[in-house]
Amino acid sequence: MKVSLMVTCLGDALFPEVGVATVRLLRRLGVEVDFPAAQTCCGQPHFNSGYHHDARELAKHTIQAFANKQLVVSPSGSCAAMVKLEYPELLHDDMVWHGRAEDLARRTHELSDFLVNVLKKEDVGARLEGKATYHMACHLRGLGLQREPETLLQNVRGLQLAPLERYDECCGFGGSFSVRYPGISGAMVQDKAALIEKTGADVVVATDAGCLMNIGGCLRRRGSKVKFMHLAEVLNST
Amino acid sequence: MNYAKHEHHDFAGASAQALTDPPLQAALARLTDILMAGNRRSYAALADSSALRDHAKRIKEHALAHLDRYLEELEQTVTKRGGKVHWAATAEDARQIVVNIARQAGCKKAVKSKSMTSEEIHLNPALEKAGVEVTETDFGEFIIQIAGERPSHLVAPAVHHTRESIARVMSHHLQESLPDDARSLAMTGRRVLREKFYQADLGITGANFVVAQTGTIVLVTNEGNGRLTTTCPRVHVAIAGIEKVIPRFSDLPVFLKLLARGATGQTLSVYTTIITGARQPGEMDGPEEFHLVLLDNGRSKILGSPFRESLQCIRCGACLNACPVYRRIGGHAYGGVYSGPIGSILTPLYDSVSLNPDLPHASSLCGACQAACPVKINIPHMLIGLRQMQHRYKPARLEDLAYAAWKEVLRRPWLYRLSLRFAKVFLRLFAQDGWLRRLPGPGSGWTQVRDFPAPAKRTFRDRWKELNS
Repeated sequence: MKVSLMVTCLGDALFPEVGVATVRLLRRLGVEVDFPAAQTCCGQPHFNSGYHHDARELAKHTIQAFANKQLVVSPSGSCAAMVKLEYPELLHDDMVWHGRAEDLARRTHELSDFLVNVLKKEDVGARLEGKATYHMACHLRGLGLQREPETLLQNVRGLQLAPLERYDECCGFGGSFSVRYPGISGAMVQDKAALIEKTGADVVVATDAGCLMNIGGCLRRRGSKVKFMHLAEVLNST
Repeated sequence: MNYAKHEHHDFAGASAQALTDPPLQAALARLTDILMAGNRRSYAALADSSALRDHAKRIKEHALAHLDRYLEELEQTVTKRGGKVHWAATAEDARQIVVNIARQAGCKKAVKSKSMTSEEIHLNPALEKAGVEVTETDFGEFIIQIAGERPSHLVAPAVHHTRESIARVMSHHLQESLPDDARSLAMTGRRVLREKFYQADLGITGANFVVAQTGTIVLVTNEGNGRLTTTCPRVHVAIAGIEKVIPRFSDLPVFLKLLARGATGQTLSVYTTIITGARQPGEMDGPEEFHLVLLDNGRSKILGSPFRESLQCIRCGACLNACPVYRRIGGHAYGGVYSGPIGSILTPLYDSVSLNPDLPHASSLCGACQAACPVKINIPHMLIGLRQMQHRYKPARLEDLAYAAWKEVLRRPWLYRLSLRFAKVFLRLFAQDGWLRRLPGPGSGWTQVRDFPAPAKRTFRDRWKELNS
């Protein structure tokens, strides 16, 4: 099988190791991976802030960048949700682009979705010693992926999973929300960090760069011993 | 009675204040934890809650699509049972209608069962101005009425109060010293309110549902005050938004199942009061007059807008309980009568989009509201829709230009790569092992409580080549 990687702008700029881990993991599982170089950002920041005209242009750019008919895999529920759920609606009134948007939406998969539901692999043969806890990214709720990441984590050898209280509560990132209302966002991420610390885990695992920069940044500021990892990095550990 | 005076709060200020109020924080966490646990448990206990919620949504969709027909049917069925239907285009019209009913019937003392619609039209001050004494009989509403406040939650209006503050407010109002234990406060409330029920000549309620087929209004309470309000006084006025109409009586169980579960996690509320018209010949009780005020107040405009789905709301409060933002700031910070995620849509729509610029942004768009909503309203989408609408109401700002410029960069991969390179070199000058402790300008809020990641030394793009060698 051949797939294209949608690394996302945050993944490209801030956490390249997540993209690297995704590529290595997929190749280890026998999947051929390419990286369409024209990709930049899916346009979610513009869409969420109500700049739909701008978002439409970026959607078209992204659709064009992934026009090669292969499945698209992204280590981000947030960007996958933008493509899968919002593109078709955003381009609904466009005779040409609506169909192309629906085509890309169908071909695009968040990483855990791809592994569990397309490759049918719940055990990817990973090994990581330690105690982890899992934070559910909000967009996985929208995508209906409430089981997949945990299933994959449960099958990592050596990894003990500690349940996280309010694991599906937003960490407070929300893109522009965290800049516009840093007080509310800050209160949310501090609560999240405290609950993560309470689990006694060595590492918190999430599936999105947004959550990781927010939670990770807060854990760092608190001088916390808890590390943070993307699901792809955990699954790529052997 | 001293009602809140400011229609439009400073949201940023009010929410910041709420964040530094420990008793409020504790009360919100306790309430939302309990109600959300109930919500999840009771949805899970249904055979197929998702299908039931879809079914309810379809009924609402159908009712809204044929609203004209069902409202006319409703007027006929209510009239047939001896009731009178009043059409109120605006909040002002609705206030005037209720005041006139009170005047014509010579009513001086009103009791009210909890009604968000009456809050929406600010009914109490208008009645008091007309010389009618109004008493709220839902215990939570009673507390905020005597405290001169507004509800801070759709179903738990006094959640911002503690036992101690309730004892203070009630002691002050009744001029007696009350202990701060829940039982004696409740018993005192019961004693005071029971007397009000006996004296009242006007009963005012909202309506959780209005059935077109039978001309029935349905009230759901846990305290029984709705039943007393509609049986003791000789005149009953019910105020309902036009979107509360459901077609058939057989639709009712669908919504009763979902309302109680969504709101409190109950299987059914303690009292479900089903009223069809005034007292009929041969009946033992019920009011002599029954009036139904049907309120538009902007709803018919919403019906033909992209925000139509908001009219499906059954006011259960589940989205408030699920919302991590509401949990942190409480209802008053939102500034409107309706709070939480649904309030961030209703307040701008019913009130003014341009005067409520903050509310649509008061959300991380996490979608917990939609997941909890009994009729699965896509609240995040409507918040985004309002954000989009705002751009039409204000002149171009720096933010618009920044987004437009950013888009131009993102459309050109070479420019994106170049910008990223500049950002990387610049930001890494200030970083310590890859993280920034302080950001200037709009980013300064972020770095109050957390570090910000600087771009990596080598982006993924840079590393892609080595992955293939």
